[in-house]
Amino acid sequence: MESKLSRNLYSFSYFLWIVIFVILPILLIVYYSLFDIEGNFSFVNYQKFFTAVYLKMTLSSFWYAFLITVITFLIAYPTAYLLTKTKHKQFWLLLIIVPSWINLLLKAYAFLGIFGTYGVANSFLKIIGMGEQQILFTDFSFVFVSVYIFIPFMILPIFNSLNELNPTLLDAARDLGASAWTAFYRVIFPLTIDGVKSGWQVTFIPALSLFMLTRLIAGNKVITLGTAIEQQFLVTQDWGMGSTIAVFLILIMILFMFLTNTRKRGV
Amino acid sequence: MNVASIIQFKNVTKRFGNNPPVLDNVSFTLERGKFYTLLGPSGCGKTTILRLIAGFTEPSEGEIWFNGQKINHLPANKRQVNTVFQDYALFPHLNVFENVAFGLRIKKVKKTEIEAKVKQALSFVNLDGYEYREIREMSGGQRQRVAIARAIVNKPEMILLDEPLSALDLKLRTEMQYELRELQRRLGITFVFVTHDQEEALAMSDEIFVINNGKIQQSGTPTDIYDEPINRFVADFIGESNIVEGKMVEDYLVEFVGKKFECDDKGFNANEPVEIVIRPEDLEITTPELGRLQVRVDSQLFRGVHYEICCYDKDDNEWLVHSTKKAKVGKEIGLSFDREAIHVMRLGETEEEFDRRLETYADKGDSAQWKVN
Repeated sequence: MESKLSRNLYSFSYFLWIVIFVILPILLIVYYSLFDIEGNFSFVNYQKFFTAVYLKMTLSSFWYAFLITVITFLIAYPTAYLLTKTKHKQFWLLLIIVPSWINLLLKAYAFLGIFGTYGVANSFLKIIGMGEQQILFTDFSFVFVSVYIFIPFMILPIFNSLNELNPTLLDAARDLGASAWTAFYRVIFPLTIDGVKSGWQVTFIPALSLFMLTRLIAGNKVITLGTAIEQQFLVTQDWGMGSTIAVFLILIMILFMFLTNTRKRGV
Repeated sequence: MNVASIIQFKNVTKRFGNNPPVLDNVSFTLERGKFYTLLGPSGCGKTTILRLIAGFTEPSEGEIWFNGQKINHLPANKRQVNTVFQDYALFPHLNVFENVAFGLRIKKVKKTEIEAKVKQALSFVNLDGYEYREIREMSGGQRQRVAIARAIVNKPEMILLDEPLSALDLKLRTEMQYELRELQRRLGITFVFVTHDQEEALAMSDEIFVINNGKIQQSGTPTDIYDEPINRFVADFIGESNIVEGKMVEDYLVEFVGKKFECDDKGFNANEPVEIVIRPEDLEITTPELGRLQVRVDSQLFRGVHYEICCYDKDDNEWLVHSTKKAKVGKEIGLSFDREAIHVMRLGETEEEFDRRLETYADKGDSAQWKVN
């Protein structure tokens, strides 16, 4: 009886947390999304979302998140793989993780300096004879900085799954006639797919709603769902429309999590 | 190099960094279609030999020849060799069928052919009907069989087995020993089996290589190695033995524990110090008057098939006796033995010298089966 009571007590704090910080906010967002800018109850926001402007925005948001995730992945997987082969792998991993402890805003400002007209990047371009370029406020700088920020989050789960991999399996694959590449795509990659999926989740979902970077680094030239929400709330003061976009963002996230749902396999 | 030989090591040394070599100038030849065992304590270099044959590592010095071709730098996937790993190394994301089919799929064998070959391989190891099980649903013994099926399905020229039975319980292990031996006979493929279990080695092999400290101590048939161990290590590692120091007075006469005994060995210098091995099962309990040795029984263990009796003579040499007869602890008894039971070992003799010496008295009967590579 007592264990049941204490279990209820413990789960109470959990449920309290879920209700106050997850369920209530979502309900509030759904509630706000049902009012137009005048404060009248209507579905006009949802109609508006399915117009060309917003659909294009959703699509572009998707495109950038996808681009960022793919590039991050292409850098993170080989890096994680090499890390597991090093002698002091935990130390090298730490070096990669450390920058993620620094505030995102600080890093964004650092890049403003680096990519600025008189920044390090441009000085370098001048030396190699390419002349001064507009780097800041471009798609390139936005994707570059986002990738930089997400790399540690992608590396960590992939590193862990590679680290757990039994190295004899690689010997076995080679022994059965697999070339290094065949062994990779038939054995190593399928066995680390769970790490890859978590890496995609922690990159793709936040990348969908980036808004600070779009403003600071991309100069609002890139509009993502995150930027749109921010604009609706703070500039247009149309809380209804902002909430509607947020509702769709949440739906997309749930869908993505469902699609990349990790199923534990193995012995 | 003759036609029968499949693999040959020529003065192979393997070292990692500046550490002493794991394998030290090892040379041997394996013949096609035989069951070989590499036997030795852990860390002796036996697994390194296996990894060198499989191609997971390359020798630091020396040459490895396979079918008359030097393969020092040939990668593992290009070798006609398959391995059964100690932890089986089955692919957890594939089911039994796909695990066995792995090698065939890489070779782009036709689908219908794969189906037939995998079925056949699984029935070879008595796993019919297990095709679509997941690996995690299989027991240790079944996984072992899948690993064997995965190796034999590729029809390699040689199968390497790295302590594949060590994770199984005693009963299953004995069963698998029979099955492996039977499988090797049916397939006619060369098996190289690594183990630290001397009973396993004696039961299964055509030929055993006893390895210690990166060197082959002795090679030969199980009976050769058991009956004629070359040195203290081999005598001790293969079965139980009583080893005492003595000296060779002249040909066919040896002295130990202060007495002279007739024996079958010759070719030593006069009064050369030697070591004597007498196997516990060659000692027979009798009365002190009839015994060639007089000892006091110190302790006795019942081992099922026999009693293991530990005795001490007056010089405090320990004598281990395996006897079906019971002895009384604390009592004085006599031990008798035949002249064939005495095995004399020359100190620091190499295998070649040992073989050469045995050749010289090959006329004396059963030692004639000694073979020099």
